[in-house]
This record gives sequence, structure tokens and C-alpha cells, in this order.
Amino acid sequence: MSEHQAENDQALVARAIEGARAAGAAQADAVLVRSDSREVKVRGEEIEFVKQADERCLGIRTLFAQEGGLSTALTSTCDLAEEAIDRMAAESVALAKATAPDPHAGLPEGGFAEDLPDLNLIDEGDRNATVEARIEDARSAETAARSADERINNSEGSQAGSDFSKIIYQNSEGFSGQYASAYHSLFSEPLASDGAGKQRDYWMTVGRRIADLDDPGEVGRKAAERALRRLGARPVATCEVPVIFDDMTAPSLLGQLAGCLSGYSIYRESSFLSGSMGESIAAPGIRVIDDGRLPGGLGSKPFDGEGLPTRRNVLVDEGRLESWLLDTYSARKLGLASTGNASRGAGSGPGVGATNLWIEAGEGTLEEIIRDTERGLLVTELIGMGFNPTTGDYSRGASGLWIEAGQISHPVEEITIAGNFGEMLREIDAVGSELVWRGRIAAPPLRVARMTVAGQS
Amino acid sequence: MSSTPGSDGASQQALSFFRERFGVDESSVEAALGTALERRVDYADVYFEYTTQDSVSLEEGIVKDGSRHLDQGVGVRAQSGERQGYAHSDEISMDSACLAAGTARAISDQGGNAGPVALAGSAHDGNLYPVEIAPTDVPVERKVALLDEIDRYARSLDPCVKQVMASVITQHRQILIASSDGTLAADVQPLVRLNVQVIAADGDRREIGYEGMGGRYELGRLMEADNWKRLADEAVRVAKLNLGSVACPAGSMKVVLGPGWPGILLHEAIGHGLEGDFNRKKTSAFSDRLGERVAAEGVTVVDDGTLPERRGSINVDDEGTPSRRNVLIENGVLVGYLHDRLNAGLMGMEPTGNGRRESYAHMPLPRMTNTFMLPGEDDPADILSSVDRGLYAVSFGGGQVDITSGKFVFSASEAYLIEDGKIGAPVKGATLIGNGPDVLTRVSRIGNDLEIDRGVGTCGKDGQGVPVGVGLPTVRIEDLTVGGTEG
Repeated sequence: MSEHQAENDQALVARAIEGARAAGAAQADAVLVRSDSREVKVRGEEIEFVKQADERCLGIRTLFAQEGGLSTALTSTCDLAEEAIDRMAAESVALAKATAPDPHAGLPEGGFAEDLPDLNLIDEGDRNATVEARIEDARSAETAARSADERINNSEGSQAGSDFSKIIYQNSEGFSGQYASAYHSLFSEPLASDGAGKQRDYWMTVGRRIADLDDPGEVGRKAAERALRRLGARPVATCEVPVIFDDMTAPSLLGQLAGCLSGYSIYRESSFLSGSMGESIAAPGIRVIDDGRLPGGLGSKPFDGEGLPTRRNVLVDEGRLESWLLDTYSARKLGLASTGNASRGAGSGPGVGATNLWIEAGEGTLEEIIRDTERGLLVTELIGMGFNPTTGDYSRGASGLWIEAGQISHPVEEITIAGNFGEMLREIDAVGSELVWRGRIAAPPLRVARMTVAGQS
Repeated sequence: MSSTPGSDGASQQALSFFRERFGVDESSVEAALGTALERRVDYADVYFEYTTQDSVSLEEGIVKDGSRHLDQGVGVRAQSGERQGYAHSDEISMDSACLAAGTARAISDQGGNAGPVALAGSAHDGNLYPVEIAPTDVPVERKVALLDEIDRYARSLDPCVKQVMASVITQHRQILIASSDGTLAADVQPLVRLNVQVIAADGDRREIGYEGMGGRYELGRLMEADNWKRLADEAVRVAKLNLGSVACPAGSMKVVLGPGWPGILLHEAIGHGLEGDFNRKKTSAFSDRLGERVAAEGVTVVDDGTLPERRGSINVDDEGTPSRRNVLIENGVLVGYLHDRLNAGLMGMEPTGNGRRESYAHMPLPRMTNTFMLPGEDDPADILSSVDRGLYAVSFGGGQVDITSGKFVFSASEAYLIEDGKIGAPVKGATLIGNGPDVLTRVSRIGNDLEIDRGVGTCGKDGQGVPVGVGLPTVRIEDLTVGGTEG
């Protein structure tokens, strides 16, 4: 990005705030998100698509003073002509006048990020990586997957993507900041088939720098291995057994937990964990941490969506609930202070989001946990959205590997696993040692002592 | 340029909007397509979009948020064989369209020129969703008043109601599509939706109830008291019902699905697996099965984008092909796929009007519109009383499918035990899982009560969300796996 462009972006953000103030806003903030991305897919021998995009979008939040508090509105526009920005700033104020005053609404009362550390979120040299180079990465993964075994004879393809983005944020209380970041990925999804049927699976690698990605051939081979091991999968009879979540499925449990710890679901009392602060909510060995400043982290950022510094928060320690995830609004509703977890996009207002969230690794590899399981299920993929955060009721479609006498015996599919999420957290009786980051949320393999597996009668 | 584009109001309205606001006219679009065609490509198209979306939401008795989003841009696609190049820009101008065209055509490494384009226009009859007032033009004060009224009413229904959340979302989308085969099409697509969610409490137990409705019609319809009161009544009824729900059984059992929204079964079990891309690549559990029996006799499933005012309906798809009614399964036999242009062409078939995209920032994919099963002759009450023991599921949350293995899930949000042919205790939400290619072979009874859902469905594929509809008459299915906790 040129210096001229950077200055121009900064000026547009400032213009949005000035426009809002001129239209009568008591407070305002604005964020401009610029993204430059390319995405390629190779399937078999052929390039399937090449996509390139350069996007900018500006979000404006205005707060209007009324009797009883501030009222809030949000507008966004991808049209960044000055007239469009002026119009959206004015419309935002007009909208804010129509919504109700809320004594808890408003920007943070100070405490904005002062140091903006370089969190190693981008390697500027990666901008020179050509589309051709990413096509070669995808092609290497695809070739490795396709040649892994003669039963791999088709695929959905292998995809590589690079996205460079810049966040420019400013508010009427004097804070302004910006940071650049990158996200690179490589994904491969082969099909395996034999007389019994066909199966797909995938493997992926992601990182802030291209150099952090795994070898493309390794990604393709691993994806092929995972598809092959599903061949011959069948349901099991309905039973209650220990269920092991591998390091690909365990993060989904943590993602659900994060939703139940969001300040918004706490003040609305729509989380089954409302009222559980300080109580034991998980097995004693469980420690959950959210840290927005991990160098190179996929969820790292120097300041949050309201300009507050990101930080390290221990959410669960020794199984005991220690902290919610909060932005300024939800914190005020609960009489607390923000935890620096405001998330913000151009088109969405501040809400709560985890940054880099993980469960601390325990002892013992996945293999050791399997050996220690007499009879049970290793879940390698989950489908559906069968989780109710208000009651904790949990029921999802699953596929994976069946364990007999501490050994993998055969692949399984067309089954569900069900239980109550609160009980599941307390009944985690093994935490693995492998912690791999494939997104903003990571968890090692986890074993839940007992769940209902539904299959054939 | 010699043609008259589509004769209906929606098409003309969108064409003049892009011409007057952005100077995008037939000759400039032909020029952009010409740029895309400067190398040897088989096909190119350009897609302009201008969308406004508004939302107003209420919680804790006050309307806390109002928002308005303006999304605009142009996407250009060039295609050579199976290869596609796509570039988009958020600036609507001929300069940015030509720049994107230059990027998109880079997928072709061969020189040559496909020659000039002459746009011909694709006429489609009538407008499936005319509105006098764009829903985004309705003053925000009226939306605020509606939500306040819903809040007061829902709280008055029962003291167990602790929290009411309601929102009204309106969208006004204008699109213009032109392609190298001469297609010129445009549309104006209104979309409205009203959501009501309540939390009810009884002692320590808390439960949620939700009901929503929407479609491509005037916002005024959602403001009619009969409509919004029914949503509040339903949300409160379901939340109270769930306060008394018992654990759901686990295992394989007879399942009766109620009419309407449980049609999500068809969407997951059948619809996705019949999308043209998966079948062209032979990655679907339904690949190479045209002409085979995939459902019981009497089962006919269609995807119909032409139902007036429905959420899943479209005058034209996002490649300019008019929508139509496509029969997928006829009396139990697989007879058709859902196609966009690319996959239809590669399979030597006709596009079916199912090439859809979330926005100008996305490439079109074969997608469903409104997918439903035609009614049979059975009385729904007889179907229920024919089951000695099983599950009766009348409302669902989301679903998902593994296209290749055919395994699909959908999660019940309102379900009851069936005992001796009678509706018994309500059960906690549970996921149902089955195998797409054979679940419909076990449909044993089909009711005469087809309903299309109330207009709240969004389908996700490759990170793109599009509005869809589903429908079903009451059906009885022998043996479906129910993911409860009671063994």
C-alpha cells in the first residue's frame, strides 16, 4: 500500500467522525477495513479458479445524547466517495435519534491502547508472492493427495489463499490507531473410494506468514490419509461410551464455551453459565486462556474494536470460572471493566469476540489417550449446529474411529453424540499434549468420560 | 446494441438505476466484456450490484440498535474450459469493471480475441415480488414502534417471559448482469424479515423460543397485527413448552415430520447432493444416478424459484437465467440436477436458473431456491395415529450435509414423543442423522398438507449465504437415527 493511500484512508476515517459530530453526534467512532486478497484452486491437473479482490469498507458508529443516556446507530458503506461518507455519517445520526437512550451505551472512558506493539502479523515480503506461486502450492498439495494411494481418484480440489488487510480505527475521544495483518492458507480435500463407497476429508495449514505454512506435499498426503481411513465407515449400535475429541474437533467445544462466556449472553441470562462466576465449571485440570498479544497469533491485534489494549485473560483456572469475555457495553451492564475483547468489523458494531483462545495442553499424546480407552469413540469430524447455549443441551452429528481394547478398530459414521455441555466440561478426564493453532481457537485432544452415541438400534 | 431488455418493471427499474446513478449502459458494458474477451476465453460476464440493508433490534424493552449498510460493486468473470478467473471491485465504474476484466481474463494464457459482444437481453415475464415502497425506505420510526409493540405484547402473554429480543431486517438489492453470450438481465429484489425470540424461566430452568417470518414483499405485511402477534404467540408457546421438555430418546426410530419448515430434510438430504458442481465433479453421493430410484413411490421433490413473494424466489438468477420450476425427483426416481451455467455447459445440460451468489464479491454456484415435496393423499392425523412409538418433529434449527458420504443432520427445536398413535411429552432438542440417498426410500406416508416455510432460511455453501425456502407435507419415515440422550 502506498503512503498516499494510507494518508487518504486515515483522512476518510477522520472525515466520517467529523461528519457525525457535525450532524449532532455526542460521540462517534469509525473503522476502515482494507483487504487485498487472492485465492486459487487446483483440481486434478487443472486450475479451477483464480480470484483477486481489493476491497475497502468503512463503518461508522454514532452516539446521540438524549435524556437518560446515549442512543446508538451504525452505518457502513463500501462507496468511499466523500459525498457517500458524509451521507452515511448523517444517516447514522438520524438513525441514532430514533433508537432509545441507554445509560450504558457509549465509547470507553479512556484507557485506550498507548503502546501498539508489532505483533508480527505480516511479512511485507509476502506481498510479492505471485498468484503463480500460490497456484504452485495448491498444485503440490493436489498432486501429493492424488498420488498418495490408488484409492484416491477424485477430489474437491486444493485451495491456496493470501489476504492482506489493514484496520484503521479512530474515535471522538482522541484515540486513533492502525495495524496491518496477513492470513495465508492452504487446504486440500481429496476423495477416496473403493467398492464400499466414497469418502472425503481435508487437511489444512494457516499462518500469518507464508513461511509459517506446512509443506504443501505434507498437507496433501495428510488429507489423503484422513480420507482413506474413513473408507468402510458404518454406524455403531446406540451406547454410552467415553468420547475423545481430536485436536481438529476439540476447538469447537472451546468455541461454544466462548459463546457462553460472552458478556452479552451473561447479562441477557441466555447462557447456562450465567451466575457461575467463581464456581467450578470444568474438570480440575482445565485452564482456558485468551491472549490477544501472542506474536504471530491468528487472533492477535494490538488494540480491540474500541481502541482498548488487548491483553491476556485467564478465563478458567483449575476448572474454576475466573472471567467473562467483555467489551465496554457488556462490562458496564455487569458492573465490570472491559477485558479488551471488543470485536469490530466495518459492517458490524462492537460485540464480544475471543482473540487467541486455547485450552492449555496436558500430558499424554492422543495415542496414549486412545490406549487408555477400553472402548469408545474418537471424533474426527462434527456436523450440524445442535447446541443450545441457554440449557447446555448438546447433540451433533459425528464421524470418527471406533476404539476397542485401546486400539482403533474401524471407522464410524451416521451417528450422533449427545449430552449436556456443562456435564461434558466437568467430565473431561484426559487432556492431550498436542496443541496446534489452525485458527483463533485451539485445543488439545480431550476425552469426555461418558456421552450417548446414537446409531443403529 | 439493439434489444429491449426484459419487459417487466423490475428489470427496467434496475437498468435505469445503474444507467442514471453510475453511467452503466449497454455500450459501456459491452466494452467491459470486450476487455475480458481480449484473450481466448469461452465466456465472460459482468455483474453489478447495489444493495442497502437495514436492521433495527430490540432487547430489554428498548430498541438499542439501528443500522444501515450500503454494499456496492462489480464482479467480472472469465471462463476458459473448467477454469474461471474472477475479480471484483467495490467501485461501480466502467474503469473498475475494465480493470477487473483484465485481471479475470488472466486465467487464459492464450492470445486471440473472441470478438465483439452484442447484448440481447433476456426477457422474463412479470415480477414475482413487486413492492410499492422499498422496505429500506420505510421510516425507521415505524420499525421502532413495531418492535416496542411486540415487546409489550410478548411480555403480557405470560409472567414466565423474562427476556424479549426482536429485530426487523430489510434489504433492497439491485443487480445487473451481462454476459458474452448476449444476455442482459436486471432485477430488483426486496427482502424483509421479522424475528421474535423470548427467554422463559421457571425456577432455575430457562428456555428459548423463537419464531420468524419473511419474504419478498412489503414491510407493511409484517406490521399487520395478525402476523406479528402470531410470531410472539409462537415464540412464547415454544419457550414454555420447552420448560417442560424431557430428555429425548437415542437410536433409530419411526419419525413423523410436520409440514413446512421440516422440509429442511429435503434441502440437506437431497438438494445439496443434486447441485451441478458436485455432480459434474462426481464428488456427490448422487453422482451418475440420474434415472435411478432414490425415493419411495409417490415422492416428488421440486425446486421452484418462481413462487410469488417467497424468500427463496428470484426473477432471474445471478447469471441472468430466468428462474423456473425444476423437478428433481419424480415419483421416487432421480430426474434432474440444479445447474448454473458453467456446470450445465460442462455436463451438456441446460442451465436451470440456479446460478446464485451472495454478492458481487462472489462467483456464482449452483444453489437451491425453494425446495419442497409435493403433497400426497394421507390425512396428517391418520399418519400420526399410524405410529405406535416414535418421534414427531415439527420445527428445526439448522442442518448440514457431507456431500460425498451423503450423511446429513438436522436439529429439532420442537419435537414430541409419539406413544400409541398419540402426541406425548415434548422432548429436548436433538439432532437427527441419516443417509441422503436412501432416507427418502423409507418415506411410507405422505400427507395432503404441503406447507412452505415462513421465510427464514439462509443456506451456506463455500462461505456464501443465500436466502432459500423449503417445504414439506406431513411425512412418516421408517427408521431415522435420533440423537437424544436416553438409551
